[in-house]
Amino acid sequence: MFMDKKASLLDLFLTFARIGGFTFGGGYAMLPMLQKEVVEEKKWTTEEELLDYYAVGQCTPGIIAVNVATFIGQKTRGVIGGIIATLGVVAPSFVIILAIASVINRFSEITIVAHALAGIRVAVAALIVSAIIKLWKKGIKDLLGIIIFAAVVLLSLLLNVSPIIIVVVAMLFGIVYGRAAGKGEKK
Amino acid sequence: MTFLLLFFEFFKTGLFAIGGGLATLPFLYEIADKYPWFRAEIIPDMIAISESTPGPIGVNMSTYAGYNAGFEIAGVLGGILGAATATIGLITPSVIVILIVAQFLKRFRDSKIVKDVFYTLRPAVTGLIACACFTTMNGSLFFTDALKSFSGAADLLQIFNLPAILLFAVILTGILKLKKVHPIVFILVAALVGIVLKF
Repeated sequence: MFMDKKASLLDLFLTFARIGGFTFGGGYAMLPMLQKEVVEEKKWTTEEELLDYYAVGQCTPGIIAVNVATFIGQKTRGVIGGIIATLGVVAPSFVIILAIASVINRFSEITIVAHALAGIRVAVAALIVSAIIKLWKKGIKDLLGIIIFAAVVLLSLLLNVSPIIIVVVAMLFGIVYGRAAGKGEKK
Repeated sequence: MTFLLLFFEFFKTGLFAIGGGLATLPFLYEIADKYPWFRAEIIPDMIAISESTPGPIGVNMSTYAGYNAGFEIAGVLGGILGAATATIGLITPSVIVILIVAQFLKRFRDSKIVKDVFYTLRPAVTGLIACACFTTMNGSLFFTDALKSFSGAADLLQIFNLPAILLFAVILTGILKLKKVHPIVFILVAALVGIVLKF
């Protein structure tokens, strides 16, 4: 084990814990740090591969940060490496939220905190709307996209259809539509 | 039993929430609806915590929900065990999928079927997040409950929380125009406004 120069499991865990502990704001905020630590210093992967991991990490289930960690871990140390890197990247937030979870319920009953939280909810709504605008620009490019968006809003909001059903049906529809559109593929 | 359920529910969330942290929102609202582990009102607070602490919202929510559920059964120790169960449930599907996909990375990335799936999945996920956003706003920007006793224009003020809507508009403009400013700044500003105006 110690003969392996590529990465010790402890090194994998600690490196990804450091990256997970210092990235605020999700998967994309992690990219510059990954480039510096994992590509330039440790040389566990290359710049191109890292971008591939990001591209694929977006198209597979789960959190992008976790997906990228699994990729790099498995590349250096196989399946165990993938698991260890993943545990590393989630460890800091796990510990922080545990600490917050044990106090937040008592904490939120204090009047001044309740007012602050009410204000914060408004900011969160604005943050989500800005994310939706970004997603819209990236993912909805034609009339079909708008129709799917509207149909999902109706099904989910008015008929309370489970998100799992919506996700699965949308994926199947994509495959069927792709087949039907067949040769006329625009891309 | 609760621990098994925790694992299973967050496993499902991890498997079907495709396309980043906010994609977990619709699933979290569904879990809040079905189980007593956390109230739906806490979800926006957790988003704010997630934006202000390191770590993805999905991991944060599963940790928090698991802690609450486990705490009911066996105190702090149960809480920690529950948090670990839910979080591992959430990340297990993506670890398995990535370990498989890693074997044929290039083919997956360039495959037509993946492109086809995302062509229709992206608008659907955007729609799901928009619905979660509506739920988040209900109760802070407007109150659909007040619609039931609606009797005239005077009641409009009961439905719409005007100061909150104004703050929302200002912050949204800020986020869209000042792209370099970190979200924490907007969260802090909103917290201050909330305290000063007694939201």
